[in-house]
Amino acid sequence: MAFSKHDIEQIAHLARLEISEADVPVYAAKLDRIIGFIDELAQADTGDLLPMAHSLDMSQRLRPDEVTESVERDYYQANAPETAHGLYVVPRVID
Amino acid sequence: MKSQRLTIAEQSRLLARGEVSSVELTQACLDRITELDPALNAFITVTPGEALAAAAAADRRRKAGEGGALTGVPMAHKDIFCTRGVTTTCASRMLANFVSPYDATVVERLAAAGMVSVGKTNMDEFAMGSSNETSYFGSVKNPWDADRSPGGSSGGSAAAVAAGLVPMATGTDTGGSVRQPAALCGVTGFKPSYGRISRYGIIAFASSLDQAGVLALTAEDAALVTAPMAGFDARDSTCSPAAVPDYAAGLEASIRGKAIGVPREYFDAGLDPAYAQAVHAALDVYRQMGAEIREVSLPNLALAVPTYYVVCPAEASSNLSRFDGVRFGHRAADVSDLETLYKRSRTEGFGDEVKRRIMTGTYVLSAGYYDAYYLKAQKVRQLISDDLKRCFEQVDMLAGPTTPTTAFLLGAKVDDPVQMYLNDIYTVSVNLAGLPGISIPCGIVAGLPAGLQLVGPQFAEQQVLNFAHLYQKETDWHRRTPLTGASGT
Repeated sequence: MAFSKHDIEQIAHLARLEISEADVPVYAAKLDRIIGFIDELAQADTGDLLPMAHSLDMSQRLRPDEVTESVERDYYQANAPETAHGLYVVPRVID
Repeated sequence: MKSQRLTIAEQSRLLARGEVSSVELTQACLDRITELDPALNAFITVTPGEALAAAAAADRRRKAGEGGALTGVPMAHKDIFCTRGVTTTCASRMLANFVSPYDATVVERLAAAGMVSVGKTNMDEFAMGSSNETSYFGSVKNPWDADRSPGGSSGGSAAAVAAGLVPMATGTDTGGSVRQPAALCGVTGFKPSYGRISRYGIIAFASSLDQAGVLALTAEDAALVTAPMAGFDARDSTCSPAAVPDYAAGLEASIRGKAIGVPREYFDAGLDPAYAQAVHAALDVYRQMGAEIREVSLPNLALAVPTYYVVCPAEASSNLSRFDGVRFGHRAADVSDLETLYKRSRTEGFGDEVKRRIMTGTYVLSAGYYDAYYLKAQKVRQLISDDLKRCFEQVDMLAGPTTPTTAFLLGAKVDDPVQMYLNDIYTVSVNLAGLPGISIPCGIVAGLPAGLQLVGPQFAEQQVLNFAHLYQKETDWHRRTPLTGASGT
């Protein structure tokens, strides 16, 4: 398939990325190439095979609900771009 | 490049006899990094202070009669492993200043075994790449030829081991990222089965495929360091509770009468004929050891790369949604609304290949395309996995080339993502099926190393290491060192 400008903008929005006007054709061409390549999968005869999520034959493990570590909030927040009073600061979302 | 490459086993013996101290070995690594790494670019972060302190502690442990075989041996971590107090960048602008508040399980366990980390190695950004050219910190150079790629994504680890900067470095392998650079740099690269080593603290790329591994000089060294890395960890929900055998103890087992399967599709067009010759010569070595070589078939091999490039970007697009410029990582400046903050932080923080994979993954997971791509790929994944299982009903081990060519020129494949993805043709199906695999040097083709890949049944790490070790006892390809490079011969 050929990706239109609208397709690229829509995918970028879903992925929370900004693609500049100038880059749209570049992304469209590369995605065309990649999707064209993975389109080969359509020809595979998968019959009634079940989808394989991962390679381990195991069920989800549960663990006892016990406290195993303590919170070091200040240390964690040292990585944050902006904090105040122990909270993460973002642009205003509610007026 | 001068050969100063001592294996872990050799360093361990010298330490045990008191002929050298960990501080001396560690300082030698640091000196060699200072001398050679400006040209190689194998390291993103070097930590001399922490390393020498850990080395001194290791020396004290040894003096007190404590510690084990690995205590005091220097090494490095791929910069995808979280290290408390030391920057973990994943070779991305997004995490250029990120200091992890905790250690990855692998980091914790190797430190507990007494290994001394000298720093963090360069890689493709978020491990997305097969050439190391997607690193925000610049590409690593192949020690055999500085114009060539070391492979990727664990290219910094492979180059560092090949150039003798460290005897071992950790790596991760999602589609071949340990084995492919090992082949291109002429070192041993071992990826255990999915679930054998905890993924806790490894920055997630494609969670159903990601697996930690090691780049080392020999299979024996790989066995020595994999032992403490492997085993159950409650902090990774897909980490296997299966007991870890004593890998080193199984290295010498005879392989007489064992069957090695060689998939005929591995030798189709695309494989460099001289590389194929090196692989055939390696198979002859196994014949002489009493193994039987049998042709097998992987009829869906051609579908492995397309399958991988649906599953992997899909998982990556989900995993990388955590980078939003709020709690950690790059944040765009002067933004007045939240959605623009997310978009601009991600757009500025991620490089081109990462954005391409996020876009591909988003597309194959989006409404209307999910069944045609993602679900279909998961079914083909089962098909490929079943093919491999069938092979192991007939043979004990699979063997073939690790890569279609030796190291390619930097820049040769960056413009065509599909050409780059096809590098992974022999390695990705192993990840799709979650099997253990190793790449070991098996020849020199036009001055560059070629790799033999061995693949075993699920959780047959011991057999894979055993087969690789016996080959290395019969050959010396793994002792060949780069003849050209930063400091000449």
